[in-house]
Amino acid sequence: MTRRDQAPDTGGGAAVTTRGPAVRLTGFGWRHGGRRAWALRGVDLTIERGERVLLLGPSGAGKSTLLAALAGLLPEDSGEREGTLTVAGTAGVVFQDPQSQLVMSRSGDDVAFGLENLGVPRAEIWPRVDATLRQVGFPYPRDRPVDALSGGEQQRLALAGALVARPDLLLLDEPTANLDPAGAELVRAAIGRAVGDTTMVLVEHRVAEALPLVDRVVVLEPGGGVLADGVPAEVFGRHGAALAAAGVWVPGFTGLAARAPGTRRGVVEDLLTGEGLTLRYAGATTAALPPTDVRVRAGEVLALVGPNGAGKSSLALLLGGLLAPTTGTLTSALAPEPPHRWPAGDLARRIGSVFQNPEHQFVTNRVVDELTLAAPRERAEELLERLGLARLAAANPYTLSGGEQRRLSVATALAAAPRVLVLDEPTFGQDLRTWRELVVLIGELRDSGHGLAIVTHDADFVAACADRVQRLPGGVSA
Amino acid sequence: MRFGEPLVVRETALARRSPVAKLGAATILSFALLSTLDAVAPAIALVGTLAVVPLFGIPLGRLARRCWPLLLSAVGMVVATALFAAEPTGEHLFWGVTTGSVGNGFSLALRLLAVALPGVVAFATIDPTDLADALIQQVRLSPRYAIGTLAALRLLPLLADEWRLLVLARRARGVAAHGPVSWARITAGTAFALLVGAIRKGVRLAVAMDARGFASGARRTNARVSRFTTADALLVAGAAGLAALALGVSIATGAFRALL
Repeated sequence: MTRRDQAPDTGGGAAVTTRGPAVRLTGFGWRHGGRRAWALRGVDLTIERGERVLLLGPSGAGKSTLLAALAGLLPEDSGEREGTLTVAGTAGVVFQDPQSQLVMSRSGDDVAFGLENLGVPRAEIWPRVDATLRQVGFPYPRDRPVDALSGGEQQRLALAGALVARPDLLLLDEPTANLDPAGAELVRAAIGRAVGDTTMVLVEHRVAEALPLVDRVVVLEPGGGVLADGVPAEVFGRHGAALAAAGVWVPGFTGLAARAPGTRRGVVEDLLTGEGLTLRYAGATTAALPPTDVRVRAGEVLALVGPNGAGKSSLALLLGGLLAPTTGTLTSALAPEPPHRWPAGDLARRIGSVFQNPEHQFVTNRVVDELTLAAPRERAEELLERLGLARLAAANPYTLSGGEQRRLSVATALAAAPRVLVLDEPTFGQDLRTWRELVVLIGELRDSGHGLAIVTHDADFVAACADRVQRLPGGVSA
Repeated sequence: MRFGEPLVVRETALARRSPVAKLGAATILSFALLSTLDAVAPAIALVGTLAVVPLFGIPLGRLARRCWPLLLSAVGMVVATALFAAEPTGEHLFWGVTTGSVGNGFSLALRLLAVALPGVVAFATIDPTDLADALIQQVRLSPRYAIGTLAALRLLPLLADEWRLLVLARRARGVAAHGPVSWARITAGTAFALLVGAIRKGVRLAVAMDARGFASGARRTNARVSRFTTADALLVAGAAGLAALALGVSIATGAFRALL
């Protein structure tokens, strides 16, 4: 009533005040059903319209839970809630994994999907789809199959699918985490170009790349609400060291001194030697790996880099003795036969493989069993201790956090004490704390004479660990 | 789904017919032929179906290459029935084989091909998205089921990749089978891991769909038009006509033998 009285005096400004902020949370908390700990608690946060917020916090701080709450994706009956949350208008979301957020098999149909759900008349759908595809810089016609798109293109399509509904609030949950650097850059460019004056909340591990997209940084503390809030320079200036210590990626702050390059002693020992290795999967028309020479040496970390589709993961499977090369030869100093002919037990004692997705390599129901499968009890306990998993010995591997799963997957590969370790994107989606632990562990393994081959997109990781870098050409970027 | 070479090489007027019409036509033909045990009706229907296959944009050679398991089982049926027929009738040829048992084998094989072929042709020319659209707009099926199934279908090829990686990861861990019991245990464990992964992906997809208003309860519109036209009705009528001709000739010549 009072507002109505004041309206003539304040003119256009009154409309703005009556609309209020885009997001307001007071004392907000959420506990997932069946969990003892609160995923999020005591969050007080107001986001004004048109603000672009970068949401940070270490693993387990509840960033994704907060995003789900803002998106209206936490049904009342799926957990316990406290405090209040108001979102003015509608929200659109882009998730991390491109594969599991595209619904339709043709690109244009997928963007139209959201408009169909909202009941937008057909005559209006296609002009809006076309306009949004142009907005995000989608380079193909509407009928392009989504399976023929690269990860970066799929994420741009997902962004179009969220924007086409003209949401008041755009939520981005690590939209570039699964992409190679070139693809990630294209998605960030699309976000910068297409968001306009829509209110945006972005969750992103890698801060430096995300900063140009945002004007405010909010840091969540596990179980403790908002730790820091303000313009980026101020937040990082005041809290940089503390945030880095808590596992948040802070620009220019890996918390590690640049490591001295490998100090190899004596003769170079080639543990694995690949000559002209190629791989072509059955039924495929093109080779997954073009002819490649590679050497994995004792006491050395080899980084394998290159764009998506260059064959890095295929090369990791060959070096791991898991697939036979289509042409070329892989020989090992550890046994006369080529690695893909070794019995599985011998293979695990000679070459350990760490897969991109840790869950792929879990075969038991308890953390400790994963290790005693190949290691004597004593060594298993020592490994758990060393990788900070001792208190989780009886837990089910599937219930661990992302960082814990990554450490366990490395431990399982080390259980049978192999000389060679092949890792595929070990730092993928990890927070700074796990990242640092991996850097230290890999340095120790190298210094104790292991030969390591690491497939990675992570330039910081290469700088911190690699003794030698091999770039695989080709592939399709973006 | 990708099986190597595509079956359809060009889009023809028949290939563009409504998925509902194609499925209807295939169902009519299949059920009509299931009703009889003779060789005349399936022979007529098979000739009729094969005659229109090229009009769907499918070269007969490619169809034969794709359908080799079907052809193999048809041949197997002839051989098995000829050799092991329970009640040998007709003239004795050699061993236990009689003219009657050979005839029975051929009619069973013809029946198998005539019943299966319309379905093969229908599914080869149906795009999953078009099918979902047709089921929603022509059959009034709930979009929740049709679109939900369509989205799940997109994830199937990913499961195959997932399985391959899980098997490799087991080798990397030094897990290998020593005999059928441990093989069964390892395979069950791998299947469980696949299931866990599939459920997670499915949940993520469902959440992503809800985030785009799929569960909003609003009245849904359709971006693509899917109509049942006169041409679609003619396709169904044609299938019914072929079925009637096959059964009619079979009855008129006295070859008809009812299934029940």
